[in-house]
Amino acid sequence: MSNILVVAEFKGSDPKKVSFELLTLAGKLAADLGGTVSALAIGSGVAGAVEKLAAYGAAKVYVADGVDKYNTEGFVKIVSDVASQDGAGVVLFGATSLGRDAAPRLAAKMDAGFVADCVDAKVVGGKVQATHPMFAGNGFATIEFAGTPAVVSVRPNIIAVAEASGAGEAVTVSADFGDVKANVVEEIAGSSARPDLTEADRIVSGGRAMKSKENFKILEDMADVLGASVGASRAAVDAGYAEQSMQVGQTGKTVNPSLYLAFGISGAIQHMAGMRTSKVIVAVNKDPEAPIFQKADYGIVADLFEVAPVMTEEFKKLLA
Amino acid sequence: MNIVVLCKQVPDTESRIKLTGDGSGFDMDGIKWILNPYDEYAVEEALKIKEAGKADKVTVVSLGPDRIVEAVRSALAMGADDAVHLKVDERLGDPLAVAKALAAAVKDLDYGLVLSGCRAVDEDMFAVPGMVAELLGIGQAHEVSKLEIEGDKVKAFRDIEGGAKQVVEGSAPMLVTCTKGINEPRYASLPGIMKAKRKPVNAMDAQVGDAKCRIVACTLPEERQAGKVFEGVEKVAEVVKLLREEAKVI
Repeated sequence: MSNILVVAEFKGSDPKKVSFELLTLAGKLAADLGGTVSALAIGSGVAGAVEKLAAYGAAKVYVADGVDKYNTEGFVKIVSDVASQDGAGVVLFGATSLGRDAAPRLAAKMDAGFVADCVDAKVVGGKVQATHPMFAGNGFATIEFAGTPAVVSVRPNIIAVAEASGAGEAVTVSADFGDVKANVVEEIAGSSARPDLTEADRIVSGGRAMKSKENFKILEDMADVLGASVGASRAAVDAGYAEQSMQVGQTGKTVNPSLYLAFGISGAIQHMAGMRTSKVIVAVNKDPEAPIFQKADYGIVADLFEVAPVMTEEFKKLLA
Repeated sequence: MNIVVLCKQVPDTESRIKLTGDGSGFDMDGIKWILNPYDEYAVEEALKIKEAGKADKVTVVSLGPDRIVEAVRSALAMGADDAVHLKVDERLGDPLAVAKALAAAVKDLDYGLVLSGCRAVDEDMFAVPGMVAELLGIGQAHEVSKLEIEGDKVKAFRDIEGGAKQVVEGSAPMLVTCTKGINEPRYASLPGIMKAKRKPVNAMDAQVGDAKCRIVACTLPEERQAGKVFEGVEKVAEVVKLLREEAKVI
């Protein structure tokens, strides 16, 4: 028997979609392992999220309320304490900024096996197996845990969420960080209010053919209509047209949206590696020989500066 | 203060990845191996700190089979002073086993700062450095794009979601992982490359414990097929219609 603990993530006091994805996956693992599904809510004003987490299967919701700033060691302490209180055999994180930071440290603290950024996890012969991309998605490795505890981080936007009524018993736990060696002293808001690329459901992306930073405005306009995030190729970032945080590809972010619109991106291996799992890829490029047309679901051979405004208008008509 | 830089040798990012004949692993024959690009940021940052008179020595620590010495020499050629090579026969699929071996070696060194890349571009787990910090019992700052050192005070700017930053302060000893944007790694000079050949690389067996997890299968992604290609801006309306009616993503 092995209980599953989901470390929920929040935007303000609202659970992020990835939290529901993790609960859905936890439900499947718990059914096979014969354990329960619990969620852990750490944050400020998160006590109100108990019902929302229960609606996706959390039988128990541990609430550490009153934490207004993330701290690696503090979070790891809270998760570790709750994991032992819960008897958790598997701890699930989102493969997000928080998960990338806290999950490995937690695994070391719990002396647990760890697999990051999984696209699938299941129980085979009583053991947990998790599949994760390697070489930026150019290969996949399935890794089997020798036993428990196991810590797994799961890529956002992969698991289809399913509602499941959990009892949602609220359990208040300490929000005390204990002694920490490194302190978060300040958070500086990003220039963009858009969703993070790794969690975005739609992405409008530009390459070197954008020609300037100012020209990215036409992609921003489209992103506004679609509720999308804006990405860029390495060539565009290296040329100074886009910020580092916008880079998609093997040395940037790996993204997984349902719609990826690529403007003036030729389709280098290292870029494709970062966005190949997108459900639908649309490529716009003047060059009919651009390799991206070999991988795109829909291609338009035309000048991106003509296409982008027209496409934005078409999206507006549909979404108005 | 001395700086330890954790480095990994990885396949070049332009490598074509293939499976072995029996599908049990990735075929690494013919792969060009390089120093992990994110670790280059860490080496560069360490050298900058030393050149500013804020550190005395830069030691590279790397785990792997004998081939990794080439990557270690690249770091030495950039300017690191010496290196520790933790020998294992083959790649390990368990990040905690790697972290334990690294932490055991780092513990015996006189260090104030541990730097590394935030990720290795092969396994791409972002896992080992944070584990090492926990095992050493020191503070950490992950995915850092700006680092300030004053005496033993460490101020690190972490890249978090959506271009936001988080400012972390701590004291040495502390672990910091570097991400793109923190610096522009230097190219090794010819004299640097010559000197690197004579710099000490202390080889020892890695202390690898029991694996908590192991690779049981390797696969390649399905190749995407070319879809419908249209010509001219007048086709935009048609494509948008297909996105709604056929692909159902709008």
